[in-house]
Amino acid sequence: MIPLAYFTFLSAFLFCVGIYGALTRRNVIGILISIELILNAANINLVAFNKYLGTPDGMGQVFGLFVIAIAAAASVVGLVLIIAIYRDRKSLFTDGFTLMKE
Amino acid sequence: MQIAHYIPLFPFLAFVINIFFGRRLKIVSAYVAITASIVSFLFSLRVFECFKAGEASYSLGTWLTIGGKPLNFGIIIDPLTIMMLLIVTFIGTFILIYSIGYMHDDPRFSRYFAYISLFMSSMLGLVLADNFVLLLIFWEGVGLCSYLLIAFWYERPAAARAGLKAFITTRIGDTGFLVGMLLLFFTCGTFHFTDLKSLTGPEPILTLAAILIFTGAMGKSAQFPLHVWLPDAMEGPTAVSALIHAATMVAAGVYLVARCFPLFVDHPMALQTVAVIGGISALMAASIATVNNDIKRVLAYSTISQLGLMMLGLGVGGLSAGTFHLMTHAFFKALLFLCAGSVIHAVGTQDIQKMGGLLSKMKITGVTFCIGTLALAGVPPFAGFWSKDEILLTAWNNHHPVLFVVALLTSFLTAFYMSRLIILVLFGKARSELHAHESPLTMTVPLIVLSFFAAFAGFIGSPLKEAAEGAQGSFVIMAISTVVSLTGLALAYLLYIRRVVLVPVASIQGLHNLLVNKYYIDEIYDAYLIKPCLAFCRGAFSFDAKIVDGVVNGTAEVVQFCSGLLRRTQTGLIQNYLLVQVFSVVLLLIWLLKI
Repeated sequence: MIPLAYFTFLSAFLFCVGIYGALTRRNVIGILISIELILNAANINLVAFNKYLGTPDGMGQVFGLFVIAIAAAASVVGLVLIIAIYRDRKSLFTDGFTLMKE
Repeated sequence: MQIAHYIPLFPFLAFVINIFFGRRLKIVSAYVAITASIVSFLFSLRVFECFKAGEASYSLGTWLTIGGKPLNFGIIIDPLTIMMLLIVTFIGTFILIYSIGYMHDDPRFSRYFAYISLFMSSMLGLVLADNFVLLLIFWEGVGLCSYLLIAFWYERPAAARAGLKAFITTRIGDTGFLVGMLLLFFTCGTFHFTDLKSLTGPEPILTLAAILIFTGAMGKSAQFPLHVWLPDAMEGPTAVSALIHAATMVAAGVYLVARCFPLFVDHPMALQTVAVIGGISALMAASIATVNNDIKRVLAYSTISQLGLMMLGLGVGGLSAGTFHLMTHAFFKALLFLCAGSVIHAVGTQDIQKMGGLLSKMKITGVTFCIGTLALAGVPPFAGFWSKDEILLTAWNNHHPVLFVVALLTSFLTAFYMSRLIILVLFGKARSELHAHESPLTMTVPLIVLSFFAAFAGFIGSPLKEAAEGAQGSFVIMAISTVVSLTGLALAYLLYIRRVVLVPVASIQGLHNLLVNKYYIDEIYDAYLIKPCLAFCRGAFSFDAKIVDGVVNGTAEVVQFCSGLLRRTQTGLIQNYLLVQVFSVVLLLIWLLKI
């Protein structure tokens, strides 16, 4: 059996890649994808711990399914926002998006 | 019938009408003011009759309660008040009539009549008030009108400056008056004049209060050292000079001392101060008048001198002498100013060195001018003789030999400078191109009426009966005073008609310079009071501008600078915020896990 540490390291790696992407990508779609990576890192943890701790009713797996569903919904909302921003600014790069300052 | 309190209301009504509707009323505004003045005069006469029938002061009720003591809205009715009421309304009426002619083409014609009406209203209120607080209100009212009327032609910088000078100088006196009045209240607990007879309190404080109250009188009556504003006040229209700066308002100071006379009598040092200040003013102003070449300024210095004589009269204990002189002076000085106005109106200059020979061209003005001069010079039987004699007599009888000599010297100088004035204006040959003509009837009729009173007011006496009776007192004093006056006249005749050189010109050059420069009093004030005061004000201003404002502005700038720095962190880029969040969480974790 693959040790738990392998899963947690994978999860941590994915999380870091996601954070790095979210912080550095200039393209909004890239940021959205990075956020998906972060969520999936969390999912891996949920499923792995469910297996190793031997929770009988598969709570972690069910929780993972929830996260996938909600992540899908969140991506939809995110994409809609991106389209709205694009229509307004004719751009997908975050450098110009300083509305929070004004 | 209690009608005295209506007297100031009529001129006030005229003021309200003229100030709001004056522009549409035009010439009618003069008639409004004159009508109000005449009605007030008739009411004053009625009050006089009621007084003779035994009516006394009354109160319109409690006005304020100060320190648990009621302050009445009281009207005082006694000979002094009635005399002032009659003088103000009577002379005021004729000066208003005169003003129709004098101000006929002025663009602010109705404004002028509004101010004069307001002045009369305040002045009448002043003499009717029975307590210090009420008096002070009207006192400031006449001061305001004086300022407005001196600076009436405010387009001229000299007039605007003179108005300010008058206001600020009298304000110095008024401050003393206010302090004295409050001192009296805190010591004795009264503002009412009727209580002054029976005051109990520490002697030095009451003396100080009396002297401080006299300071107010000094400012208003232009007594040394606060006399400097009156000569400059001649920038105003001449009719104003006649009414306010000769006959009535400047006499308010004398009135105040007369009104508080019981207080002064109880405290000899205060009374002595009044007499000495009066004597100094009388002699100093009279000596300046002998060399001045401006027709109105000669009369202004003469006014200071005569007011000083009144103060001297009061100071030596002659209440009736001082007030009697106040009355006669009001008539002949108003007359003299109106004559001067008529002359200025005709020739368009105030420099007496440029006039001359006007008697043949302006007969009525000339003759009335001569009558006024004889009255002021104190030649019997004109009005000034009787009242001045009364003052001399009181000074002699009450053993004040120095003040007696001062008064005598003043009357000699008075006779001299007035003769010099009329000789240079009316007699001899014209010394420049003059197109003189007699003034219109509205101006000459008041001259004739006032000259009648200037000649005979000494006989009718005043409501103060004893004044006229006392004048028969000492034949010797009468003779001395007559001789002195005639000597003054004769000296002026020798110097200015016969052109006799009595002393070498060079020997009196220094004295002449001193007099022409008015003892350098204006210069001394400028150097030692006004300049340091202005320097202090500039210092205070720069302290305010630099230090006080600096602290306030500095605080704002520091805040602005710090916020400028903080503002940099607010980039608006969501990723920056996220970065901060991540770092914060990492730090939080480090702290929680104690790594």
